[in-house]
Amino acid sequence: MPPIPTVVPMSWYLILSAILFTLGAAGFLLRRNIITVFMCIELMLNAVNLTFVAFSHQLKQVDGHIFTFFVMVVAAAEAAVGLAIILTVFKNRQTLEIDEISSMKL
Amino acid sequence: MDAILFLTFAAIAVACAINLVLQTHPISSALSLVGVMTSLAVLYLLLGGSFIAAVQVIVYAGAIMVLFIFVIMLLNTQGERTQPKKNVLPIAIALPLLFSLIGVLAAIVATQVPAGEIVKFGTFSGGDPLTFGRAMFTRYLLPFEVTSVLILIAIVGAVVLAKKEI
Repeated sequence: MPPIPTVVPMSWYLILSAILFTLGAAGFLLRRNIITVFMCIELMLNAVNLTFVAFSHQLKQVDGHIFTFFVMVVAAAEAAVGLAIILTVFKNRQTLEIDEISSMKL
Repeated sequence: MDAILFLTFAAIAVACAINLVLQTHPISSALSLVGVMTSLAVLYLLLGGSFIAAVQVIVYAGAIMVLFIFVIMLLNTQGERTQPKKNVLPIAIALPLLFSLIGVLAAIVATQVPAGEIVKFGTFSGGDPLTFGRAMFTRYLLPFEVTSVLILIAIVGAVVLAKKEI
């Protein structure tokens, strides 16, 4: 087994980001609870943010951080509207299983 | 020191992400997501993004996750119904295939992809609030203002959805 390196190459951050994104996508496809699916979307957004910040470090520019900031703003807006939609869906159908709310009309 | 910090918090992030996907109750998933977000904030600090790390903890782990947990508590949901296991054979075939795929991909990544430049803590300090604010309010002023319109639309949409019967 090779010794653990003491410095961190750039690619480790990108690999970690890819792992987190894959886990988020897998959860999005596998889970059946609509709130958990929503949290998996947030996980994917976080993985993308890590890539932005890592490349910002590599290029020595602040632009990636600003993109991360905008992604956070969009995620906050998306969470507010999405959770309101989830509340409305639950009020009308009394369930959160995405298999049971597959039709648009009641 | 950098490698120890990175490996520790990367392991926490991956473990919490796996827990997020595997847990059946939404509250457990939400707590795992908070773990992922805070460990990512530490990684942002290692990459020199002090401002974005603070925003990650305050906005993401604070505000957005409180909204999630509020809705979970409000709906008082139960855990997912576990479906009865029908057939073990697909899992028995799929798991070894999955692990061999991960192994092959890891080998390709380890041998073919260049490691890139070394990330060392303290070599980049362009993510401090001063630099961030300068760029935000000069070069990115128009996107910043457009974002405020987006948030206004989100507020109106949430109020309309919550107000009346749809």
